[in-house]
Amino acid sequence: MASLKQQFEIPGNLKTWAYALIAVGLVAFLAGFFKSGLSKDEHEQAIFLGTIMYNTIFWTLVCNAAMFFICFTTLAMGGWQQSFRRIPEAISTMVPIFGSITFVVLLYVVFSGKHDIYHWLDTAAVDKDPILKGKSGFLNLKFFVFWTTLAIALWSILGYRMRQLSSEADIQAFDNVSGAKFIFQNTVRASMFIAWFGLTVGSTIPWLWMMSITPHWYSTMYSWYTFMSSLVSGMSLIALWVIYMKNKGYLEYTNQEHLHDIGKFMFAFSIFWTYLWFSQYMLIWYANIPEETVYFKSRVQGAYKGIFFFNLIINFLCPLLILMKKDAKRNYTLVTFMAVLILFGHWIDFYQMVMGSISKDYVTLGWLDFGILSLFVGLMILFVAKALASKNLIPKYHPFLKESIIHHT
Amino acid sequence: MAKKKFVVGCFDDEAVLFPAVKKVRTAGYKLHDIYTPFAVHGLDHAMGLRETSLHTAGFFYGITGTTTALSCITWIFTKDWPLNIGGKPHFALPAWIPICFELTVLFAAVGMVLTFCYLCQLAPFVKKHHFHARATDDLFVMVIECTDKTNTDDLRAFLSNSGALETDLQIAEADWWVGSYDKDEVPFENKKEIAA
Repeated sequence: MASLKQQFEIPGNLKTWAYALIAVGLVAFLAGFFKSGLSKDEHEQAIFLGTIMYNTIFWTLVCNAAMFFICFTTLAMGGWQQSFRRIPEAISTMVPIFGSITFVVLLYVVFSGKHDIYHWLDTAAVDKDPILKGKSGFLNLKFFVFWTTLAIALWSILGYRMRQLSSEADIQAFDNVSGAKFIFQNTVRASMFIAWFGLTVGSTIPWLWMMSITPHWYSTMYSWYTFMSSLVSGMSLIALWVIYMKNKGYLEYTNQEHLHDIGKFMFAFSIFWTYLWFSQYMLIWYANIPEETVYFKSRVQGAYKGIFFFNLIINFLCPLLILMKKDAKRNYTLVTFMAVLILFGHWIDFYQMVMGSISKDYVTLGWLDFGILSLFVGLMILFVAKALASKNLIPKYHPFLKESIIHHT
Repeated sequence: MAKKKFVVGCFDDEAVLFPAVKKVRTAGYKLHDIYTPFAVHGLDHAMGLRETSLHTAGFFYGITGTTTALSCITWIFTKDWPLNIGGKPHFALPAWIPICFELTVLFAAVGMVLTFCYLCQLAPFVKKHHFHARATDDLFVMVIECTDKTNTDDLRAFLSNSGALETDLQIAEADWWVGSYDKDEVPFENKKEIAA
């Protein structure tokens, strides 16, 4: 135990990269702000806000998925994730940070007095529109602000309580009684997080934040679809950090067996994402009812056609064919490649989900999107590295740690 | 169909079995198989078995299923009997994907089960020699194939030294054959003694 490298020292070049990405992102943000944000054209403004919105929502949900991973493996009495559990924990420390950015952006969008993104904010139009009137119990300003605040606050608090409990495994060894109590407390806190997660990410939050951009359209599948997008990306992000830390010589107890299981999650949930993608698409295609097909009109037949199907190729065909083999899931290079590809693919997925509704006639993907993306990637690298450095890397007194050390797939 | 000579060693502990397997392999004996009452994690690696290619077979069964479904429905709905269903195009790909998926799963599942049974030499109406009845109960039964030059007494002593509770020399059929347990020779010679 004494030889374990518990203290992560952030390498200088990682910091340099993070600051460089943040700098590029800030430049892009300012350039976008002066070019589009202050533009007289309301559509340009909406594109600028929408670009920031989908990026911040994507990264908030992805980092939140890391805490979801900790919680569901805890509830399943999983032992294998203990040797690298500090990585998803560190990623989930981003939830308050990205959550605050999301909060500010969304509040700005709803209080700016414009209705280009959220049409249902226009009370005069809603009064004349029987469909929107029927939804006004859910889609109204008060509920939006209340539920957004509550969601972000509780994700942060419940996630923090989970991480706080995890720190107890660094202090001293448990005996049978205190160990059982520790595990029980873990399951209680994990269930609290998961219950709230199901109420928000699993159902209401994607409806409220993203589906309501096309307020006349609805799909009960939409939240699960968004949730799966974020979970697959979250698993990929965990894989990337695990591989990075292994490359730097940390996480001695984590090996190919653990990578294999992370790879299985990436593979399996990519398939499940496609299942939801297809279920949503096929039912609407088959019924062919105008009020339902409105969402797919701009995506399948309009300007977003290319992105929409490209998205399916990199998020379904590539994981299916490349990650199917056992050797691929145990290969560090291939998993790194696939993790980057999947993260990019689901970022593009979020892009078309949001921007496909805001800018129906033409694709806006350009320097602003990649600039804002680099801002968020930079922030993520910087703060996750800091969170990793602030704690022991292996919870060495965790009762299940041995299960993780001898893990065999 | 050839009868071969086997030396059988029975172990009652995995912790003894693993070092014994290693010793037997280093000594150069040829392991025929090890029969265990339950799946023992890591025993395949210890025995030096190659990775199974069952999943590769499964992949090919799967794409056979996809191809069958897709080509069959395409032919029926576009060439043989085109129907106007709800104004959809004759080549209505999204509607067929569930069927393609089902047939993929069906072909892959059935194909893999049959392949698995073939690889394990399991089938109705065929018979395989049992080296020790307690392999299905509580003993790990290691079977070593002998050549003409094998000194069986040495080998049995070697197994006993490695921790085998009992050893045995058997001349038995190595493969499966058509037959049934109630008609062919009684597989467990001491059956009557147990009943008595």
